[in-house]
Amino acid sequence: MVSVLSIADEGTAAIVVPRPSVDDRTAGIAESARGSFTLADVSVAYGDDLVIEGVDMEIPSRAVTALIGPSGCGKSTLLRCLNRMNDELGTVRVGGTITLDGQDIMRREVDPVELRMRVGQVFQRPNPFPMSIYDNVAFGPRTQGIRRRADLDALVEESLRGAALWDEVRKSLKKHAFELSGGQQQRLCIARALATKPEVVLMDEPASALDPISTQQIEDTIAELKSSVTIVIVTHNMQQAARISDRTAFMLRESLEEPAHLIEVGETKKMFTNPDDKRTESYITGRFG
Amino acid sequence: MSRARTRQARVAETIARGVMGAMAASVIAVALFVLAYIVYQGVGAIDWQFLTDVPRDRGRAGGIYPVIIGTVYVVTATAAFTLPVGVLAGIYLSEYAPRNLATRAIRLAITNMAGVPSIVYGLFGLAAFVLAAGIGRSVLAAALTLTCMTLPVVITATEEALRQIPQDIRQASLALGATKLRTIYKVVLPAAAPGIVTGSILGLARAAGETAPILFTGAVFQMRQTPDSPLSQFMALPYHIYAQVTSVPDWNRTLVWGTVLVLVAGVSIVSMVAAAWRSVQRRKIKW
Amino acid sequence: MAIVILAAIALFLVYNAGRALTEVGLGTMLSGIQWYPTSDPGKFGMLPLVLGSLLVTGVALAVGVPVGVGAAVFISEFAGRRLKEVMKSVIEFMAAVPSVVYGLIGVAVLIPLVKDVFDLSSGLTALAGGIVLGVMSVPTIVSISEDALHAVPDDLRHGSAALGNTRWQTTFKVTLPSASSGIFAAVMLGLGRAIGETMAVLMLTGNAAVMPTSLFDSVRTMTGTIAAEMGEVVQGGLHYSVLFTVGLVLFAITFGINLAADLVLERQRKRWRR
Ligand SMILES: Nc1ncnc2c1ncn2[C@@H]1O[C@H](COP(=O)(O)OP(=O)(O)O)[C@@H](O)[C@H]1O
Ligand SMILES: [Mg+2]
Repeated sequence: MVSVLSIADEGTAAIVVPRPSVDDRTAGIAESARGSFTLADVSVAYGDDLVIEGVDMEIPSRAVTALIGPSGCGKSTLLRCLNRMNDELGTVRVGGTITLDGQDIMRREVDPVELRMRVGQVFQRPNPFPMSIYDNVAFGPRTQGIRRRADLDALVEESLRGAALWDEVRKSLKKHAFELSGGQQQRLCIARALATKPEVVLMDEPASALDPISTQQIEDTIAELKSSVTIVIVTHNMQQAARISDRTAFMLRESLEEPAHLIEVGETKKMFTNPDDKRTESYITGRFG
Repeated sequence: MSRARTRQARVAETIARGVMGAMAASVIAVALFVLAYIVYQGVGAIDWQFLTDVPRDRGRAGGIYPVIIGTVYVVTATAAFTLPVGVLAGIYLSEYAPRNLATRAIRLAITNMAGVPSIVYGLFGLAAFVLAAGIGRSVLAAALTLTCMTLPVVITATEEALRQIPQDIRQASLALGATKLRTIYKVVLPAAAPGIVTGSILGLARAAGETAPILFTGAVFQMRQTPDSPLSQFMALPYHIYAQVTSVPDWNRTLVWGTVLVLVAGVSIVSMVAAAWRSVQRRKIKW
Repeated sequence: MAIVILAAIALFLVYNAGRALTEVGLGTMLSGIQWYPTSDPGKFGMLPLVLGSLLVTGVALAVGVPVGVGAAVFISEFAGRRLKEVMKSVIEFMAAVPSVVYGLIGVAVLIPLVKDVFDLSSGLTALAGGIVLGVMSVPTIVSISEDALHAVPDDLRHGSAALGNTRWQTTFKVTLPSASSGIFAAVMLGLGRAIGETMAVLMLTGNAAVMPTSLFDSVRTMTGTIAAEMGEVVQGGLHYSVLFTVGLVLFAITFGINLAADLVLERQRKRWRR
């Protein structure tokens, strides 16, 4: 379903790719480099409608990268490129190159199913499965074929701790996930994503459906997590981006006829205090709303 | 003048409410009457012997044990054919079918199948299963006939239930690296199960009460024992009622109404339990 | 697969009707007014059966449509939540009662009543069959009409109410017209059910295969004919084949009705999807 677009010249794509085998990936790359993306000239089209064009950026490992920009500028679309969830939408075409730890993830041979075990996702609305808390968290590991009770128990506990939910639910793991509050459900979804031991977790406005207190808890969780996984978070909320991210990328679609571009990407501190681009500055100071 | 208009509107309102209410009330009244009449007429027949004895004197005495068992057999066989095929077809339509003309035609065919008269299914069963396939008049032939009739119900129920499951649950599962197949059978199907099961049970209950499709495909009037193989003929509750009334002189009112009570109670209790179970499950799972 | 089954039904009907279609001819059968299948040579005029079906169905609609649509309007527009739930279970119960049972209740209750009220020699008439059939079509009509009314967006109702219309005025001027195609489909489907219904009419209409002249005549429907005669015919014989032709005609009629209802429903669905 994903075909490489020839919208932009393919020259850039050729440069990027030292393609390590799977063994290289696990053995050769230093621990600290796990879970880093390189995007080169990435474009996305829905049918004939080109919505993102020419995105080049690095997403460093073990850090929080925030994607900001007005709604409709393609943040979610770009995020979905990173775990190939766009494949599921049918008419989406992605061009350019995206590498995860040096491995091109857009090649046909890459199984999106394996990719998604390495790149987890948390969605805007909490979406636990209609089953117990335990089964929700154990879903991913079971998908990977882990069956031993002790292994699962350990993974469930570790993941729930990682999502700062363990203390609240340790006594009621058998409870139906829908009995949790909205904020708890979202942290359960984070735990569920962590349970496959991903290198990256993608979050698409994970707190936008939550109250301020739950939002605070999610942000604390993210701060804890970044020492062990790469996080890419889409957010609408400038303060949130400033609070939790290390790097920020600003996307903008300047008119309806044009696709969106990556305007600027850099250290969050710099982006929010002294951006290079006028458009970034006016967006951050609220002129684009 | 405006006040007169308002008053007129108010009168119209009252009349309309009255008329519509009367229609609704008459529906309730008829339903209650049907229920009460069946219970009143039939309850006298219900005792241990009635439920466990074979019919005697052409059904004018004795019980209806083989009749009940015959219906149970046929419905069970129907379920065994309908459920796998219907559920798979429903899954295909809801999760895999491309959105094109062919799919639309299939949908149209399914809704149309639901509207084919039951007697036409009876003819079809006679021609296709009893004669062409050489199965003969039997539990199997009748069950296959009822399967054709019940399939659209099960397919529609499955599709409907699957459609209720929000898209983001599926995406969450895919994002965890589950394949589409695993997503469907681990996440989507369990969540949709109440709807599927209940819809199917309602369809099967309907099948249990059908007479016309089994008329030519295997139901018989008089049999001493219960069917001993899928190829034997059988007695069935709805056909028994019909046969008693139309071909037994001086049919025993009490026993026939007792048979009606057993049939209606069976069908409606199963349906109600299924419907109640579904609404409990629905309440538990609020998206 | 559904297409295959549907096509198979049509095919088997045509195949088994083949002998009658070639030896007697569809035109002769459809226009013939004498149904003497067992005389020698047999006379297979289906017109009395078709008219019998239509007459009974007409009565059924006269009973079922006002009651069904009225009840649907009441449930959807006027009833509170509790009453709504009660009505829905009542409708479900009515739909679950098998048709032989309706037939038997008709025999026990309605037939003597019709006989006495209209002072007839027998209560087994088109009228009695039609009334029971009307009752039986109510669940279909109610549930589909109710769906159609339910699909009308509340904005419309609020808009009308804000203009100072009463509930009924809103219903009559705004909601009902908006749902009209769905209600039409409900009536069509009820009609399809009524034409195709077998057991109750078989038990209630007296089954005289003559051209009907009034509601108080005994009539025989297409469905009743198949059910009553199929047991006695020689398999593969002409009469057998004629009965399949009756089935084919019935199938064609209901197929047309259902298709029409379907297309109307589809259009309605499109209308509210935005
Ligand atoms: N599944 C889809 N099919 C077609 N167009 C889509 C789809 N999803 C998003 N779009 C379009 O792509 C653009 C970017 O959408 P999105 O990535 O959701 O933006 P954001 O997350 O920044 O609000 C929008 O113009 C939107 O209309
Ligand atoms: Mg978005």
